[in-house]
Amino acid sequence: MSMEDLYQEIILDHYRKPKNRAPELADEAVHVHHSNPLCGDEMDLRIRVLDDRLDAVVFDGEGCSISQAAASAMTQAVVGRELKDALDLAEDFRRMMHGDDPARPDDLGDGIAFTGVAKFPVRVKCALLGWMALRDAIETFERGASAHTVTHEE
Amino acid sequence: MAIDVAAVRRSFPILDRELDGHRLVYLDSAASSLTPEPVLDAMDRYYRWSRSNVNRGVYPLAEEATDLYEGARTTLAGFLDADPVGVVFTKNATEACNLLAYGFVRAHLGPDDVLLSTVMEHHANLVPFTQAAAAVGAEVRHVPITPDGLLDLDAAAELLADGRVTFAAFVHVSNVLGTINDVERLTRMVKDANDRAIVHVDGAQAAPHLPVSFRDLGIDSYAITGHKMLGPTGIGALVARPELLERMEPFLTGGDMIRDVTLTGATWNDVPHRFEAGTPMIAEAAGLAAAVGVLEGYGMAAVRSHERDLTAQLLDALGTVAGVTVHGPKDVDLRGGAVSFALDGIHPHDVGAMLGSRGVCVRVGHHCTKPLMRCLDVAATTRASSYVYNDVDDLEPLVDGLEAAAAFFAR
Repeated sequence: MSMEDLYQEIILDHYRKPKNRAPELADEAVHVHHSNPLCGDEMDLRIRVLDDRLDAVVFDGEGCSISQAAASAMTQAVVGRELKDALDLAEDFRRMMHGDDPARPDDLGDGIAFTGVAKFPVRVKCALLGWMALRDAIETFERGASAHTVTHEE
Repeated sequence: MAIDVAAVRRSFPILDRELDGHRLVYLDSAASSLTPEPVLDAMDRYYRWSRSNVNRGVYPLAEEATDLYEGARTTLAGFLDADPVGVVFTKNATEACNLLAYGFVRAHLGPDDVLLSTVMEHHANLVPFTQAAAAVGAEVRHVPITPDGLLDLDAAAELLADGRVTFAAFVHVSNVLGTINDVERLTRMVKDANDRAIVHVDGAQAAPHLPVSFRDLGIDSYAITGHKMLGPTGIGALVARPELLERMEPFLTGGDMIRDVTLTGATWNDVPHRFEAGTPMIAEAAGLAAAVGVLEGYGMAAVRSHERDLTAQLLDALGTVAGVTVHGPKDVDLRGGAVSFALDGIHPHDVGAMLGSRGVCVRVGHHCTKPLMRCLDVAATTRASSYVYNDVDDLEPLVDGLEAAAAFFAR
């Protein structure tokens, strides 16, 4: 399989110029830290919630190009969405990474460029890291907590 | 005699394979080596010609199978300059370490004992012993490394000073740093500090690449695996002093490992059979013996010399790539052919994907050495590792691929 199957130009754009990448967020509701010790990926995700919507989402971290680009594209796709809607979209992305056709391709935005990652099983967890952090952040918010740390094992 | 790489390559059929139009450049032999024709033939011949079970059969096929299996034990013992009675076949080196951890450490050590390990161990030679130590309440001490990636023997001397270390397990050649440890010296240090101490060495990365004399090393046991030394997967060995095996409890029980069985109990067979329960890996033993024959045909001194020279060229080649930092010793007299490195600012997964797309096979990740990754303050590395079928022609695709990765992932 070629580099282009995996690394679409949109993915490289997000990797080189990530969107919503920041080490902090004013008035954050929740901060979660997710890591994948097998790859060494680290992800901090912060969300601000207003009227049950994602008012702002920022990420920061270290990892491979796929993990960083997927988090960047995720933030663009979910800002402004209702929490329930964002969770639904996260589930759609997760199913896409397991080879299913996405139900909401337009709503995934640049996230659709990651379709090819499903063909590279070892990289799927890289693409999912930001989305899983988002899901955890929303669920943490709904529990009434403000911080959570998760380590993903294979 | 120098290795004739062109001739060597002709006996490895997989090297004829192309990947997306690229020549296969296999630089992952520290993970698993390729398989030459004589090994494939030996396994094929067993299945086509001598297929039957070992032990107790009184017909010719069964005698042939038994001869193949026991002959492999003698062949491996000869290769490592060890007593065949001390050779226990296992699934791999990991199982060999577990056999020792269960059969000896858990059976004989207690809260007054101390285990000595190092920070550069593969998980296979670490986890079985840390688990065993925890089970018996023994302390574990770890020899640190110097900035050059060598074991810090001054620190080891301090760890040994109170004489409480009764079991040591350390690696001969590091699968990440490439470091060739001075096994004889550290073994003498351990035994001088406590003459009852047992020394176990993980030889998985050494036996395929260096001349090894078990007797000369002065150790008590040595773990190897067949698939890293041109042999098949599914066979390894614990090579031990027979008197150590005599002190060990069985790890797996069942058929073949017994002397007598009643409805309520059993007595054990002689060593090494005591530790080989059930039908063993007969075809794999035949394949491993053939692999030893291939290596002895090259001559292990020639294998080492070839890899030493190629590693020097590999280090030079990596030095030409901007942003590459090599981990481990730079002196090729102190290291084997596994070379781990970082490419500045680019995650090893991305480096490995670029190299893989060009037919260049390297390993990326933590290489089953998470404590060492923490020492190096990295999450993962890229590792290129060579063997008898590699030569300088394999270095150019590696360097080109690294430069392509640097350009592709530049921010």
